[in-house]
Amino acid sequence: MKLEGKVWRYGDNIDTDVIIPARYLNTFDPAELAKHCMVDIDETFAANVKAGDIMVGGKNFGCGSSREHAPVAIKASGIPVVIAASFARIFYRNGINIGLPLLEIGDAVEKISADDVLKIDTDTGTIENLTTGDIFHAHPLPAFVQEIANAGGLINYIKSKK
Amino acid sequence: MTMAMTMSEKILARHAGLDSVEAGQLVICDLDLVMANDVTGPPSIKEFEKIGRPVFSSEKIALIPDHFQPAKDIKSADLAKIMRDFAGKNKIKHYYEQGRVGIEHVILPEFGIVAPGMLIIGADSHTCTYGAVNAFSTGVGTTDLAVGLATGKAWFKVPEAINVHITGKKPKNICGKDVILTLIGKIGVDGALYKALEFTGEGVAELSMTDRLTISNMAIEAGAKAGVFPYDEACELYVSRRVKKTFEPVTADPDAKYCATVEINLSELKPVVALPHLPENVKPVEELGEIKINQVVIGSCTNGRLEDLGIAAGILRGRKVHPNVRCIIIPGSQEIYKEAMLCHWLEIFIEAGCVVSCPTCGPCLGGYMGILSAGERCVSTTNRNFRGRMGHVDSEVYLASPFVAAASAITGKISTPDEVI
Repeated sequence: MKLEGKVWRYGDNIDTDVIIPARYLNTFDPAELAKHCMVDIDETFAANVKAGDIMVGGKNFGCGSSREHAPVAIKASGIPVVIAASFARIFYRNGINIGLPLLEIGDAVEKISADDVLKIDTDTGTIENLTTGDIFHAHPLPAFVQEIANAGGLINYIKSKK
Repeated sequence: MTMAMTMSEKILARHAGLDSVEAGQLVICDLDLVMANDVTGPPSIKEFEKIGRPVFSSEKIALIPDHFQPAKDIKSADLAKIMRDFAGKNKIKHYYEQGRVGIEHVILPEFGIVAPGMLIIGADSHTCTYGAVNAFSTGVGTTDLAVGLATGKAWFKVPEAINVHITGKKPKNICGKDVILTLIGKIGVDGALYKALEFTGEGVAELSMTDRLTISNMAIEAGAKAGVFPYDEACELYVSRRVKKTFEPVTADPDAKYCATVEINLSELKPVVALPHLPENVKPVEELGEIKINQVVIGSCTNGRLEDLGIAAGILRGRKVHPNVRCIIIPGSQEIYKEAMLCHWLEIFIEAGCVVSCPTCGPCLGGYMGILSAGERCVSTTNRNFRGRMGHVDSEVYLASPFVAAASAITGKISTPDEVI
């Protein structure tokens, strides 16, 4: 998948409580969750995010609760890919399982700023920062995990294996 | 000759039908238990229905309505109903209704549903709690859970393990919470990312099963996939009273490979708190200066067990909660609630001016039963102090042991028991 979009930049240890606070967990409707995505650290996000924008975080992105509502809320906001220095493991599995590509690039993330425009090839993991000219390569996914991602998520993968 | 393995590797190998596995290997394993709650269960059920298969087992699924139940609002009542109807239709053995249920990670060990050597996934990040009873147990999201409900299987990347080597003697007024907060303070909230924590050393015998359940519970707060304790005399005594089925404990090989070793000397531990807004911001209480508080919460899957309530009762006995503080006490299960009543601890709490609630996750995740207003501070025995976790985005949560929480309720500021006893 080839993508191009503007960056929403966040810091280290972005936890699932700020991605979608528990007071909104009495529903699992993606559109409803998207309305409150990131509200506790960035009140402007939900109102201003455009389909195709890219979210970039620091280390340990998605730490905390196992709530899949968090990647679901990000995906339903129109974000097609999240880039981070590293991801918390449950969030990482959840992202892959729902078909939200997650690219891990380590310290290179420091060369991406808010409002930069990135061009991404999720198949090769190549990220080009069109604003600065930097090019990064994400850590490759294990082949088995790539199969899940290619199927569009774990449910489709399991159904295809019937 | 088979390779030397950690406890995590042995459990994963056994459930993958292999003689041995090593860190980094991807394996597909048979699950002994698949668990969800009223927040994660309903979306899992919706995903499960897309797969179009029956549940893999009605005996090996646990559905626990504990987060927003008794229902805090209409939408939460709807969630509970989805899970209740699903449990009824699929004859789920381990579904428990209000009045019989408790907090998931408190009742599953208490009821003997989790046992040594088991492999468990749960759609709740604190599923790692069951490592305390020598199980490999980890949190997943709703999609992994849905596939678990349908197939009884999950894929795992075999984690490297960090050896947490425990020595020394547990001092007075110190419990498992101080051990795990001190450890997270040392290694950070991503110090064990993608890894398992495995506990070793003669100091393990110093830790009660309540201490161990608290420690394993918060393994996830260091990013860990699991936090596994060895099977010893204390564990044997605990499970022999509760577990009815046969089980097969695991022991780490003496030459098992660990990616790192962290030393914890119990004798050196001091009462600590984790300051807002990360569990790694750990400081000894004696270094804090005066931090005034508005609320205390004693309970949760981390510290809502009988021993925790006993600690609180010991400190609150004959004393009063500070006029500026609300102290909310939440027994983790109906059994604990009843035992606390028989011990006359509920009387102590009420005489002291505490709120005593039925079992629920409630305030820990900012659900209900103790939400904070802007600028308010809470000392809590729960597991997370992220921004806005217990209510308003400008409120603050200080994580602490029941010793520190109960003492702070009396003084109105963050305190050790020495300041009140």
